[in-house]
Amino acid sequence: MSRLASGGRIDRTGPIRFSFNGTPYRAYQGDTLASALLANDVRVIAHSATYARLRGVFSAGVEEPNALVHVGHDTMLRATQVELFDGLEAIGLNGRGRLSSEPDAGRYDKVYAHCEVLVVGGGRAGITAALDASQTGDRVIVVDEQAELGGRLLGAGWNEWLETSLATLQSQPDVRLIRRATAFGHYDQHLVLVAERRPGGGRLWQVRAKRVVVATGAHERPLIFANNDRPGIMLAGAARTYVNRYGVAPGTRAVIFTNNDSTDLVAADLKRAGIVVEGIVDVRAGEAVVDTGGDEQGLRSVLIGSLTGPDAKREIECDLLCVSGGFNPTLHLFSQAQGRLRYDQGLACFVPDARLPNVDVVGAAAGDLGGRGQGTIMPYWVVPGDGQDWSRHFVDLERDVTVADVRRALGTGMQSVEHIKRFTTIGTGSDQGKTAGINETAIVATQLGQPVGAVGVTTFRPPYVPVSFGLMAGRNRGDLFDPIRVTAVHPWHVGHGAVFENVGQWKRPWYFPRHDEDMEAAVLRECHAAREGVAVMDASTLGKIDIQGPDAVEFLNRMYTNAFDTLKVGSCRYGLMCKADGMVFDDGVVMHLGPDHWLATTTTGGAAAVLDWMEEWLQTEWPDLRVRLTSVTDHWADVAVVGPRSREVVAALFPKLAIDAQSFPFMAIREGETAGIPVRLHRITFSGELAYELWTPSWYGLKLWEAVMAVGEPLGIIPYGTETMHVLRAEKGYIICGQETDGTVTPQDLGMSWIVSKKKAFIGQRSHRRSDTARPDRKHLVGLLPVDGEQLLPEGAQLVSQPDGAAPVKMIGHVTSSYRNGTLGRSFALAMLQSGRDRLGSTVYAPLNGHVVAATVTEPIFYDKDNARRDS
Amino acid sequence: MLIPCPWCGDREDIEFKYGGAAQVAYPTDPQSADDAHWARYVFFRPNPKGTMAERWVHTAGCRRWFNVVRDTVTHTIRPA
Repeated sequence: MSRLASGGRIDRTGPIRFSFNGTPYRAYQGDTLASALLANDVRVIAHSATYARLRGVFSAGVEEPNALVHVGHDTMLRATQVELFDGLEAIGLNGRGRLSSEPDAGRYDKVYAHCEVLVVGGGRAGITAALDASQTGDRVIVVDEQAELGGRLLGAGWNEWLETSLATLQSQPDVRLIRRATAFGHYDQHLVLVAERRPGGGRLWQVRAKRVVVATGAHERPLIFANNDRPGIMLAGAARTYVNRYGVAPGTRAVIFTNNDSTDLVAADLKRAGIVVEGIVDVRAGEAVVDTGGDEQGLRSVLIGSLTGPDAKREIECDLLCVSGGFNPTLHLFSQAQGRLRYDQGLACFVPDARLPNVDVVGAAAGDLGGRGQGTIMPYWVVPGDGQDWSRHFVDLERDVTVADVRRALGTGMQSVEHIKRFTTIGTGSDQGKTAGINETAIVATQLGQPVGAVGVTTFRPPYVPVSFGLMAGRNRGDLFDPIRVTAVHPWHVGHGAVFENVGQWKRPWYFPRHDEDMEAAVLRECHAAREGVAVMDASTLGKIDIQGPDAVEFLNRMYTNAFDTLKVGSCRYGLMCKADGMVFDDGVVMHLGPDHWLATTTTGGAAAVLDWMEEWLQTEWPDLRVRLTSVTDHWADVAVVGPRSREVVAALFPKLAIDAQSFPFMAIREGETAGIPVRLHRITFSGELAYELWTPSWYGLKLWEAVMAVGEPLGIIPYGTETMHVLRAEKGYIICGQETDGTVTPQDLGMSWIVSKKKAFIGQRSHRRSDTARPDRKHLVGLLPVDGEQLLPEGAQLVSQPDGAAPVKMIGHVTSSYRNGTLGRSFALAMLQSGRDRLGSTVYAPLNGHVVAATVTEPIFYDKDNARRDS
Repeated sequence: MLIPCPWCGDREDIEFKYGGAAQVAYPTDPQSADDAHWARYVFFRPNPKGTMAERWVHTAGCRRWFNVVRDTVTHTIRPA
């Protein structure tokens, strides 16, 4: 056992049990997995990613590149950051971590917080800054990644100051201290993302601060020499932390290798803990560790040589080598906020260059390395080995990248550290190269004969530490991934076995299978009911925009390609909208409800975009128009009663209403009431059949639907879903914006010149005269009938003019909608086809995987061309 | 990014939709505009490195359109 008899901040009153690689061990509350393993003399923790070399604990914190472990679903944790708990089971990582295939059972939440001052780092500098800020009454948040606040002060004789300061902070009502919380990203206007670890999950804090205090300290960096990766070789400050904070001796016989004064404190504390310090190798004294020896337990000896003199080397047996090459201020959050760094020759590290507005860097992060005891330092990076072999001088331990790899990168002619990073993968591991990055720069600088500052460092990017997808998702997973919108009639659809499809955020019935019907059989049955009897569809998801004001009609005239000034109150009209480039944007029916009162429907998916579009023109170009817009999509339920017998259903529901074709013609609106339900009736059709859309406030939606089903039952009424809706409308050649159109299609391309007014101005009008939009050989909307009516053209299939043309084959169009069967008894499709209206009657071909489907080009209407059924 | 809505104050950018460059005037009489003039209105927009006048709409808030000047490098925003 390497547990010291006394000392440390562990709770020695009761040991707790854990296992590592299946072997049971004991340790104390307050240990990390790393300190617990060291206390149990477990030196080999993991095998490295590429070369499967033995690796042990290298650091005591977030910068750990070696001691990677697997705990539960987490496949790549740093043992230095895993807090020990009773029953913990850990496995050392062998090579690379693998993602768990199990769902993350963790519980994650998101928290939004605002404060005047966010202090990142709860060490001496951070606590001092928080004390200052709290004097003013500002809201202060302090986040620290460890289980205890205090940073390097923990176990270092600062207990009284720490306790007093924390008590002062905790007594302030507007100071919040968050432990186990790592600030990992610093974004625009001081949004800082913080990952808080909690039992069985965590919290993602999104902190918006007026001012950010970066008190993130500094990471010690190693010196590089041959075989510098053996278990037992660790950062000098880490060895001191294990002794002082955890009461663990990380070895029995130690050698210290350094280029600065900080190791004086290390040597003193190791000796006090009873560890024999066999030697202090100081490059400032002209000596260096040139190689190490070891076995399957890690380090056994170091070889020491002179930097300048002859080749006399001496070997020292030891099991602990404490290395310090100086300190790198932790400036990730400063750099992420676009702070620039400069190399400080005297400190041998990068420090903040100019100050950033509202970002204060304090303490070791600002280059104040007095607390770490750096004192004088001789910049030194790599100890040459024997001959030309650099393949065991590890620069990035997690990525297994050596000095040889860097030299190879330089040999290819690369000079930028960014290129060398990508070529070698230095700094791209889960530790983000915290102990490797600056050494990479220094090696490059040395090799190129340039100053370190001129070479610079690679850009720091979020996240500072690995963050799990579970934390990012929070509760937005499963049913809460995205809002689900359902109509008032939804419970009925569920109860009657509807199969649903997602349309934007809406759940819409796709089809209503009976027994074990497949979709094709259900759609045939539903189509038959709509064409021959009566059927009903829930159309409530249509976008609806209420438009009011004395200038509403002028506004509509400008927005739509067709005119509305002749439309009487109590009537509706189909309308088409273009963007300024003349391309079709959306369509829908516009209803004239009363003086200065209109209502426009939009496509289900386009509702929000159309409202934004209308508001844009109203507010930015036509602020003089007196018009107000309101989204009323969710206010109304829309029950579409469709088919030649739909009139009988409506007549039964509204016995007082004159409903014959003359009294209530196509595109007319009536008001009515049935069973106490107020209903607005519209003779609108999206199927080509005689049809009525019954609108009622959403509260009555389900009741109205049930009333329709009840009176329709003797007539054989059945519900239908979106698939049948699509088939019916396609048979009539009615377009769907976003299916036939894709932002490159004009009304003229669709054969809808009839809806483009020549008498008034509208958005996009001028674009229809551009040479490209006016040319005759654009793609036109056409119908396609596969020569073999059993064959289905896939939507999106490309069309060519020859069945077996030599490559390159010219694409002349594509299929936009395609259905196996509906009313026609055969497959059919709609397509956008180059010069399509000139190709009617000709044959085009869709080359598919291994076969070609031939199809005859037709007009884009397959059913009831003279609209006799619609107007009946 | 925080965007200063003139009506609601500073709000997170997810509440807004981007409206592209500001100060692109709609031709007073599109029908008499020649192709080059019209194309410039429809297709051409500035894309500077530095300050840019641009439009935003507070879609998930007050739904008002407004202009700001944003530095495309630093994302500092000031009201236009």
